[in-house]
Amino acid sequence: MADPTVRLTDPGDAGRFGDFGGRYVPETLVPACQELEAAFRAAWVDPAFRRELDDLLRDYAGRPSPLTECHRLSEQLGLRLLLKREDLNHTGSHKINNVLGQALLARRMGKTRLVAETGAGQHGVATATAAALLGMTCTVYMGEVDIERQALNVFRMRLLGAEVRPASSGSRTLKDAVNEAMRDWVATVGDTHYCLGSVMGPHPYPWMVRELHRVIGDEARAQCAALLGADGDGVPDVVTACVGGGSNAIGIFSGFVDTRAELVGVEPAGGAAVGRGVPGVVHGSRSYLLQDEWGQVLEAESISAGLDYPGVGPEHSWLADVGRARYEQVTDAEVIEAFQVLSRTEGIIPALEPAHALAWILRASDELSGRTVLLNLSGRGDKDVGQMMDVLADRLAEERP
Amino acid sequence: MTLTPTAPEAVGAQLEAHLRSRRAAGRKLLVPYVTGGYGDDWVDVVRAVADAGADAVEVGVPFSDPVMDGPTIQRASELALAAGATPGSILDQLHGSDAGVPLAVMTYYNIADHWGLERFASELAGAGVCAAILPDVPLEEVGPWTAAADAAAVETVLLAAPTAPDARLERICARARGFVYAVGLLGVTGARSALAATATEIAGRCKAVTDRPVLVGVGVSDAAQARQACTVADGVVIGSALVDRLLAGEGPDGAARFVAEVRAALDAG
Ligand SMILES: Cc1ncc(COP(=O)(O)O)c(C=O)c1O
Repeated sequence: MADPTVRLTDPGDAGRFGDFGGRYVPETLVPACQELEAAFRAAWVDPAFRRELDDLLRDYAGRPSPLTECHRLSEQLGLRLLLKREDLNHTGSHKINNVLGQALLARRMGKTRLVAETGAGQHGVATATAAALLGMTCTVYMGEVDIERQALNVFRMRLLGAEVRPASSGSRTLKDAVNEAMRDWVATVGDTHYCLGSVMGPHPYPWMVRELHRVIGDEARAQCAALLGADGDGVPDVVTACVGGGSNAIGIFSGFVDTRAELVGVEPAGGAAVGRGVPGVVHGSRSYLLQDEWGQVLEAESISAGLDYPGVGPEHSWLADVGRARYEQVTDAEVIEAFQVLSRTEGIIPALEPAHALAWILRASDELSGRTVLLNLSGRGDKDVGQMMDVLADRLAEERP
Repeated sequence: MTLTPTAPEAVGAQLEAHLRSRRAAGRKLLVPYVTGGYGDDWVDVVRAVADAGADAVEVGVPFSDPVMDGPTIQRASELALAAGATPGSILDQLHGSDAGVPLAVMTYYNIADHWGLERFASELAGAGVCAAILPDVPLEEVGPWTAAADAAAVETVLLAAPTAPDARLERICARARGFVYAVGLLGVTGARSALAATATEIAGRCKAVTDRPVLVGVGVSDAAQARQACTVADGVVIGSALVDRLLAGEGPDGAARFVAEVRAALDAG
């Protein structure tokens, strides 16, 4: 039974969520993190800042995003499935919520350049977009492997005026892009803001990025109340989202943590930090982490570039430990199936990342029978169509008459 | 100037006492960095640079995600890990390496944390390592580690960066043991064509608030730059410039030649 007394709180100066979090960064970056924390604390209670962000979220990003009831799929599965449509945001995913907030904050701090890491390219595209909007320069680090499988987003970022630099060390995926972005920031901290793309990294990022995505949960809570209110308490039975670093998940969880709703994060089986990791420190915070017997960080392996990460945001580790959220794993094959199911049944092509959460729903449909399930559809599948064309080529050929 | 070779009793003595006494003798301090586990002869490299005039040697224990390191040390770390090096194997090999100068280990926090802080500290001490440098553990997070390190008589070298305000530098220098590692530039490790202006600046700011040895590291790349840094600093750490030579296959002899050249320049200073 979900414990509705748990709260997502301000982690304080030390940036701790229980044992997790903290600020494990090179000394060079400590003053920058402190300055960022102070700037965010001031901005977040400044009505003028909030108004400017809210205006951008509405007029530029297209918020509020709708809540869509999936009638056909619900009937097939014997449950009531609702989608929070972050895929309809400008730039195609939830990432824009965080980026607009950080970009405004960076400008307020007098920074003229944004640096970011990206996996699937969605955060990179969002950052490049915000940089273009605010007239800032932008550098995005992306693993060589991801540059290949997300070519369309690489082109998009360049079109938006950003420089895309390959991360060619280690696993050449998201983890290494984070390393490169941090190294860049160590050298450029005077004029550059590191626009981190998830609820990970050193304090204040996990907290700040959660606050910037809280809008997802706040909207969904009100939308659920309107849709479901007549039949009961207006709260879905289950709220689920995919978890890479965990930003879209914590965004929607934040609207329901104080309700009876069960919170379920879904990790890729090949990158299940909560499911298969042990606590460790990388990229600035303590959290569950895939690592070997000596503490070397392992390479994740997932079909989805956005979830191909061996760590997870510290607040998720805490939510798992206190039992307020649980974390499930799905395989690439299940994700490919879910990707097609939503496309064919509802006319919505999801990104591979949120297809993870749907894959869990498909598998758990017996357990979920008769219940109302809210899924955060964190992004649209356009970026994945090229990759899926290859994966599905054989299957589609077979089905042709 | 010449110094008599280090007496064997001094080995395993605390790093800071050793560096202070050499500084008191009028010597500029030279601490080369060697990536542990890179190359079959890496322990020979440690001994060779010690014999060539190093005052202490910093041994890197490779980590999969070295955010404070540039391409050179990343590469050496990756190769060492690919060759099977582990924190355990590196400390085993250091044990009884008989380098003749104090040894410090440089690694990232997760290596220590995963082994267990107390266990890691005592393993260091057991391997004859005097000090540890954990570049991703700033002052605010260092408490649990220094508690373990102090108990095992392992000294914790802290980094002091150009971005720190004076009050912060003072606190860093007060908590540091062994020496104060003054970060010479805004950036990660890697050889540079010229010494950054920040190098002597940060050294001077540190020396204004501490009498501990202040060594400039990161971006000190050759004998001339070392000498220039030491117009203000008590010494230098030289990493990537040395590891570049090891990556080029120069081995213990090449490493020794380079260190001897820097030593000569510092002694001539
Ligand atoms: C659509 C989408 N969802 C989810 C993620 C994973 O990030 P997070 O777990 O922070 O939401 C990404 C990352 O690229 C993404 O593009």
